[in-house]
Amino acid sequence: MKKDSARMRKVKSVMAKLPMMLTCAEFEAFVLDHLEGTLPKRQRLIFRMHLKVCRDCRSYLAAYERSVELGKAVFQDPESPVPGEVPEDLVKAILAAKQ
Amino acid sequence: MNSSVDTSQAIENQDLRDTALADAVREHGGAMLSVARRLLGNEEDARECVQEGYLRAFSKAESFEGRSSFRTWLHRIVVNTALGILRSRKRAPTQSIDDLLPEFDAEGCRIEPDWHFNEPLERMLERDDVRSLVRRSIDGLPDPYRTVLLLRDIEGFTTDEAAAMLETNTGAIKTRLHRARAALKKQLEPLWARGEL
Repeated sequence: MKKDSARMRKVKSVMAKLPMMLTCAEFEAFVLDHLEGTLPKRQRLIFRMHLKVCRDCRSYLAAYERSVELGKAVFQDPESPVPGEVPEDLVKAILAAKQ
Repeated sequence: MNSSVDTSQAIENQDLRDTALADAVREHGGAMLSVARRLLGNEEDARECVQEGYLRAFSKAESFEGRSSFRTWLHRIVVNTALGILRSRKRAPTQSIDDLLPEFDAEGCRIEPDWHFNEPLERMLERDDVRSLVRRSIDGLPDPYRTVLLLRDIEGFTTDEAAAMLETNTGAIKTRLHRARAALKKQLEPLWARGEL
């Protein structure tokens, strides 16, 4: 299996030399803009073409997106030790400092 | 009007103001404390930040134009106060994040396992170990990256807003955000199943 992935990498490195193709390292620079929907049309096309042929980048992007979702969700989690409660002594301290 | 009436009205007005201020603190204070805890990482600094934030808000009340909600306006003040506290802290040298960034071979090809996501996101979020790992991973990022990740992904500020708050340019914010997310992903990898490549 490892041989297969090494062979795939070899193939990809050759393909990356073709017009409109990227290496994975070049693809990396497009990820943020892709997720924000701000890639210009041509770059969007190039990005998608790379994604179609590169399983490693598809796997990476899926894990990256899932990580962002988890990060956001954990802090919006209703069970988080969050809102609603503000210690009464802090309320008093703020009011006292305001005087 | 005699002076005793003036005095009693003044006291009454003061009481009303105090009640309104206390209500404002009680209504939003918990959420603001959470914001400050996330950014500052400790209770003492978070309380100081919220107190300072409210005092700034009260002193600038006339400048509140009502273009956003009071909560949104207060949120921004508390975040700015927290960033000020972070800036004033003695700077430890920033740890390198390089070990957590994506790996490429000499040809620029990514070295990445084939990940499988066997568990839906909602179910993962029910697990204490998952939530704890996500929090620890974010808390453990070096400050310049953690701050940008929190401002953009958690507090909901735009790239331009984060750049203004951190007194830098949008390019730096985007680079740091991407690296922070990539580093977070690396740390969360134990959560997904590794397929064979």
